[in-house]
Amino acid sequence: MSLLLYAESAEGKFKKVAFELASYAKKVAESLGTTVTAVTINAGDVSELSKYGVDKVLKVTNDKLSSFNAKAYADVIKQAAQKENAKVIVLSSTTDSIYLAPLVAVGLEAGYASNVVGLPLSTSPFQVKRNAFSNKAFNITEISTDVKVVGLAKNSYGLVESNSSLSTEDFSPSLNDADFSVKVENVEKVTGKVTIADAEVVVSGGRGLKGPENWGLVEELATVLGAATACSKPVSDLGWRPHSEHVGQTGKPVATNLYIAIGISGAIQHIAGINSSKVKVVINSDPEAPFFKVADYGVVGDAFEIVPKLTQKLKEFKAQNS
Amino acid sequence: MKILVCISHVPDTTSKINFINGDSEFDTNGVQFVINPNDEFGLTRAVWFQEQQGANVTVVNVGGPDTEPTLRKALAIGANEAIRVNANPMDGFFVAKQLAEVIKQGQYDLVICGKESLDYNGGMVPGMIAGLLGYNFVNSCIDVKVDGNSATAVREIDGGKETTSTSLPLVIGGQKGLVEEKDLRIPNMRGIMTARTKALTVLESVGANNNTKAVKFEKPAPKSAVKLVSADNLDELVNLLHNEAKVI
Repeated sequence: MSLLLYAESAEGKFKKVAFELASYAKKVAESLGTTVTAVTINAGDVSELSKYGVDKVLKVTNDKLSSFNAKAYADVIKQAAQKENAKVIVLSSTTDSIYLAPLVAVGLEAGYASNVVGLPLSTSPFQVKRNAFSNKAFNITEISTDVKVVGLAKNSYGLVESNSSLSTEDFSPSLNDADFSVKVENVEKVTGKVTIADAEVVVSGGRGLKGPENWGLVEELATVLGAATACSKPVSDLGWRPHSEHVGQTGKPVATNLYIAIGISGAIQHIAGINSSKVKVVINSDPEAPFFKVADYGVVGDAFEIVPKLTQKLKEFKAQNS
Repeated sequence: MKILVCISHVPDTTSKINFINGDSEFDTNGVQFVINPNDEFGLTRAVWFQEQQGANVTVVNVGGPDTEPTLRKALAIGANEAIRVNANPMDGFFVAKQLAEVIKQGQYDLVICGKESLDYNGGMVPGMIAGLLGYNFVNSCIDVKVDGNSATAVREIDGGKETTSTSLPLVIGGQKGLVEEKDLRIPNMRGIMTARTKALTVLESVGANNNTKAVKFEKPAPKSAVKLVSADNLDELVNLLHNEAKVI
């Protein structure tokens, strides 16, 4: 028996979430008295996983898996779980992993809890705490099946180093044509820009910025912080910014370390989407804006004055501290 | 083409979230229920297929009689008929099992679900349906086109989008983008009147395990008050972010 995690990579390199997931898996494995096996798909050097407590890697290298395919990847994870007799499978909450997770669960007749925000509250019965009601509440879920799939919410555990001696084994699962019945034809990706999904910091603008021509303010602040830019729903509905930047309950969820909201009043749906962020800063001219109730730090005043000043201060700070 | 749109009956996005019976149950008192927003984008897309390509659109929900107004609303928006599987939806797998059974019986070509519901946020039902039936599946879907037996589906990925080609039968986990917000339909009087006479079939549930169980709910701990920094003292904000919050 062991615990299995799927360590995601892109272009041969592990994503940061892979290390967060390994850190988490190590701790869960300890409480179950078992070891950690990671399955990787077309990852290059896997040795870095040993820093986060992974004992064994099942390394899959296959050209047919060069682009993500949910069904095929789920099949790989399922076969790895069966080979290792894994009773707990942990997955991250990236767009790809939440896509394949239910397929893995059905394939293994496993109960699946998604959006899990911490270590299991108990392992027998197996109970986990998860986000629910769009971050307005937590839900304690018990998984009662023999095999369990746990989806760890983004940025909810962090990195914990724990050295292990890693053994690596090449693994060639058997894949069939049905695994490839959804074919990728084309990928359009913004390059050279931090995405909301990967960002440690997100700078977001609302209607308070008065028009799309003023977005330079948001972008300059984001550049200094290496942040992704985002916007509130009205801003995307008005067409000031693309839909891909809309964050909130019906837009993209944000679970970042720092979220800066400029000229966003803080409608309940917006807050629900960004509330998993660790530190929230609000800049708004209206001291009664509901966002101040959920923020950690606030500045009341005119964004057109404050944001350029803050950008300048942060530039100076970065210059001194880099 | 036969389309099934799976509808989740969820609290309105502005609802106050409270729990009763020792925090074991959601408090529905005073809560307005709506069509799950992700499902509503899918429903509007389905009605588009009906108008443009002659598709027949059925909506389905797994729930008690109290969810019927939500199904009637979906009929008023334009679905041809509705099915309610009479059961208390306890777990994502249980719901997926019920829906898979409806799909098997009705031989649907395209199954449109929202990628997740805004109450339990499980995000698992569409994938599980596809897994149970062996159907093709595209999640986080922002566009779908059907030509004969072939389909093109676009999904949102981190930092962009991916176009895939596949075939029917297909299950999608849909979201905003399937149609734009401004294209969502509000039922008109004629829609509401005709919805009253459209068929709403009630089916009994099939046996399925509850693989998971919601044991308890908790509300987030109350937040400590915001620290206000003067607009003339932004050095203090930088200092707090660096030394106290440790995020820069």
